[in-house]
Amino acid sequence: MQSFGLAHVEFLAWAALWTVGLSAIAFVGGGLLGFAVALLRVSANPAARLAAIVYIQIVQGTPLLILLFLIYFGVAVIGFTGVPAILAAGAGLTIYASGFLAEIWRGCIQSVPKTQWEAAECLALTRWQRMTRVILPQALRIATPPTVGFLVQIVKNTSLASVVGFVELAQAGKLINNSIFEPFTIFVTVAVFYFALCFPLSTWSRSLERTLNVSRR
Amino acid sequence: MTYQFDFAALLPYWPEFVHGLWLTLQLSAMATVLGFIVGTLCAIGRADGPPAVKWAVAAYVEVIRNTPLLVQIFLVYFGIATLGFRIGANTAAVAALVVNVGAYTCEIVRAGLESVHKAQLEAADCLGLSRVQTYWHVVLRPAVERVYPALTSQYVLLMLASSITSQISAEELTAVANRVQSDTFRSFETYIVVGLLYLLLSFVVRIAFWLVGLGVFVRRRKLGTAL
Repeated sequence: MQSFGLAHVEFLAWAALWTVGLSAIAFVGGGLLGFAVALLRVSANPAARLAAIVYIQIVQGTPLLILLFLIYFGVAVIGFTGVPAILAAGAGLTIYASGFLAEIWRGCIQSVPKTQWEAAECLALTRWQRMTRVILPQALRIATPPTVGFLVQIVKNTSLASVVGFVELAQAGKLINNSIFEPFTIFVTVAVFYFALCFPLSTWSRSLERTLNVSRR
Repeated sequence: MTYQFDFAALLPYWPEFVHGLWLTLQLSAMATVLGFIVGTLCAIGRADGPPAVKWAVAAYVEVIRNTPLLVQIFLVYFGIATLGFRIGANTAAVAALVVNVGAYTCEIVRAGLESVHKAQLEAADCLGLSRVQTYWHVVLRPAVERVYPALTSQYVLLMLASSITSQISAEELTAVANRVQSDTFRSFETYIVVGLLYLLLSFVVRIAFWLVGLGVFVRRRKLGTAL
């Protein structure tokens, strides 16, 4: 029987690239959707606020695993068959990320001091101008460290994309394990790959927290 | 769209769903209690232990927080098996969840410990409290009280994350769902039902934590505010 060697590490390295790609899709997609939901969440319209709250509660109250299964089987129900795994996984992670990012960013928008909102109103800025010129630039500063921190969660959670048949790092580890059964070596190596991806992000998030001088809540 | 929803096909399986729900609750409850103990001990070690302990706890926290739970579960489940011990999937699931949530708890409780003001310790000293009394009444309890909302969120996430243990065939709710959908071919309906059950469960866990908080943090209830 073949034992764990360099070829396997190379296979894992390729899979790690897919993990990075999937994380990027989830972050960009989740960021756009999450930003829209965050704006709805702080809008003046109570119906929009309620819709955003319900959306966030549902996404945060169901496991990502169930979300992925729902999308995977859901697209088949709507009538699309043979959807590539990366789209199903990307869509699931996008929804997951949007629910959490919306809530993080809502906190950041609302933590901009009330006097800033009032001052903008006194200057006769429209609601849109007030948002884009006054509130969001300040919220961005507060939002950067937790957003980078959440990136770590996204990278880690791409490991669940294996359930819809997407071959990323964790799934690659499982495949190798199925053929040579050296679970300890294989999954430690997989963990090292994830650590190499996530640790710089964690460290970056912490140093941003210090340099942007945002105290932890 | 021509799909016909058929939730009735799932009805015969309700005892299995209940059983899965119950196991999910049990797994989460055990992991919560044990994880809280592990995490708090680690936080104390990180804050006031000798340098070697501080370093070890820091390494543990960083490693766990920067690797996926799925990989940790595989490592515990298969890793222990390669060491020659035979443990069940449920035991491995609880062990992996405890190791995982212990690291997060450690970080949260540490933030609480750091928020205790030095003047509080001096005041405790003046009142003649012993070291143990000081630690219990002045440091630990107010610290946990302060970070209780963060802990609640973390343990709700833990309950949701317990779904991942289905990957090593622990027989909890998600694993039941996987089996039922392959029996009935009603995949979409099955996961809708299970998704709703998890949603319900996350509210139940929140309410449970709120009730426990009311009972444990009496002062908070009386003053209406955290310390």
